Amino acid sequence: MSLIVDRNPPLRNTFSLRRKRALPKAPTALGETFSTITLGLPALIAFALLWEIAPRAGWINSLFFPPLSQVLSVLWEMIISGQLADHIGISLQRAAIGFALAVVVAVPLGFLMGRYTLFEKASDFLVQTLRNTSQFALLPVFILLLGIGEASKIAITFYAAVFFLLINTIVGVKSVDPLLVKAARSMGTSDWDLFKKVIFPSAIPSIVAGARLGVKTSLFSVIAAEMLAAQSGIGYLIQHSSLMLETDRMYAGILTLTIIGLLLNYLLVAGERRATHWRGSGESGPN
Amino acid sequence: MERIAVSAVRKSFNLKPGQTVTVDGVTSNRIAVLDGVDLTINSGEFITLVGPSGSGKSVLLDVIAGLTEATSGIARIDGIEVSKPHARTAYVFQQYALFPWRTALQNVEYALEVRGVAAAERREKALHFLHLFGLQGFEDRFPSQLSGGMQQRVAIARALSTDPQVLLMDEPFAALDAQTRDILQSELLRIWEQIKTTVVFVTHSIDEAIYLADRVVVMTARPASVKEIVDIDLPRPRDLDIRNSPDFNAYRGRVWESLRDEVGKAQRDWAVASTYAN
Repeated sequence: MSLIVDRNPPLRNTFSLRRKRALPKAPTALGETFSTITLGLPALIAFALLWEIAPRAGWINSLFFPPLSQVLSVLWEMIISGQLADHIGISLQRAAIGFALAVVVAVPLGFLMGRYTLFEKASDFLVQTLRNTSQFALLPVFILLLGIGEASKIAITFYAAVFFLLINTIVGVKSVDPLLVKAARSMGTSDWDLFKKVIFPSAIPSIVAGARLGVKTSLFSVIAAEMLAAQSGIGYLIQHSSLMLETDRMYAGILTLTIIGLLLNYLLVAGERRATHWRGSGESGPN
Repeated sequence: MERIAVSAVRKSFNLKPGQTVTVDGVTSNRIAVLDGVDLTINSGEFITLVGPSGSGKSVLLDVIAGLTEATSGIARIDGIEVSKPHARTAYVFQQYALFPWRTALQNVEYALEVRGVAAAERREKALHFLHLFGLQGFEDRFPSQLSGGMQQRVAIARALSTDPQVLLMDEPFAALDAQTRDILQSELLRIWEQIKTTVVFVTHSIDEAIYLADRVVVMTARPASVKEIVDIDLPRPRDLDIRNSPDFNAYRGRVWESLRDEVGKAQRDWAVASTYAN
């Protein structure tokens, strides 16, 4: 029986925290992926065929909707020429810098807000106000303040990611099992060790879940910013091609973004699984 | 030699905002949990504390552990007042309190890690204590991959790895099934016979209390004080069969008689107790 005298009230707004109790083991996961692909393939192929046939048959205007084969061949040319890699590189770089800054700011701030009730009360209202202001609405502000260069694009990705990370860090810190804190204290754990060895590791799953959401919004925000004000990047490629009526290039850009999004999601889910591997599969030994 | 001395320890808690309790016509937002506990425990003694639910036995352990401050009165270890967790006191909890992101081995190492023991030495010590509890082959398992009984073995190994002079155990076997509980009681006794550290063990089970203890301390219903101390004069080393002996039976009757009235009082008090303890 442990006495918990003062527990912080639960936070009002939290982002989805995936608490999968039983993670599938590696072979099962692979098997599942395989069956997802084999079962999902027909629909994907049908979609590709429709994309190919509809413009050729004249069902839709091929100027606005070139056939898939044409899009793919333009995509291939852009890969060969290195043009695509340049655009991808610059977009990912902007997103990465903004995201990294968000981590550096949000995680320490989240620890303070999660750990010190007074600090949280003092800052919560401001945080809630800011996080409900769209990063897209702020883009003109960033451009006015930071110019049309890299800084404004990095700012929008930072803004897009920082609140996911902040809120999930706060939630992670608050959800530390008080019994673990008590046990750690009983073993003479110093404040610094308590932070480093107890609070931080137990907050990691929540922080990683926030990061997963933050990375995606960072990338999507940078694409939007590049559409409005940039001379490079995937967003610029899509928008510029559209203005030039080079629709095959435009679709190649969109397709690239889709593939990056898929890969990123896969990587992030794998990373999240790795960070929480200790949750285990529920398999237990004899008594 | 006197190891732990608890004298006139009182402890009360503030209730949650808006809650009040009325005792003898006086309404207050504070609730008394410990009401002048006096207890002296000798070095190497195995003491069990029994008392009704919510009677503050855990709070008494917390005071001895230096995790909570007494409202008045003093707890001393080796003559020195306890004001913060003592380096030679270890605590074992009912819910194991293992770090889920650490393996069994890393969990045992934790206590040594925060004491600044070198990596090689703490690994060796941790392995020694894990093996003492028969956990060979489970060193690299995470708690989620261990049964309750094994998790508690890891937690006790972690507690013992620091060579504690005082081992505080708060209903450590209460969450386990009956067979596992029997096995762990015997394992604990076997290891305790070797190290003879001072143990203060809280339990709800009268049988467990008698089987393990040199002395059984019966606590009153809340606010708690020591009602009676029963010396258990059974030969050691003990095995589980001793529970069927006439002597054991006599102790069982004696402790139950002492406890019965208090349990009745505690049940009438339950509505109040449930608001401050969990």
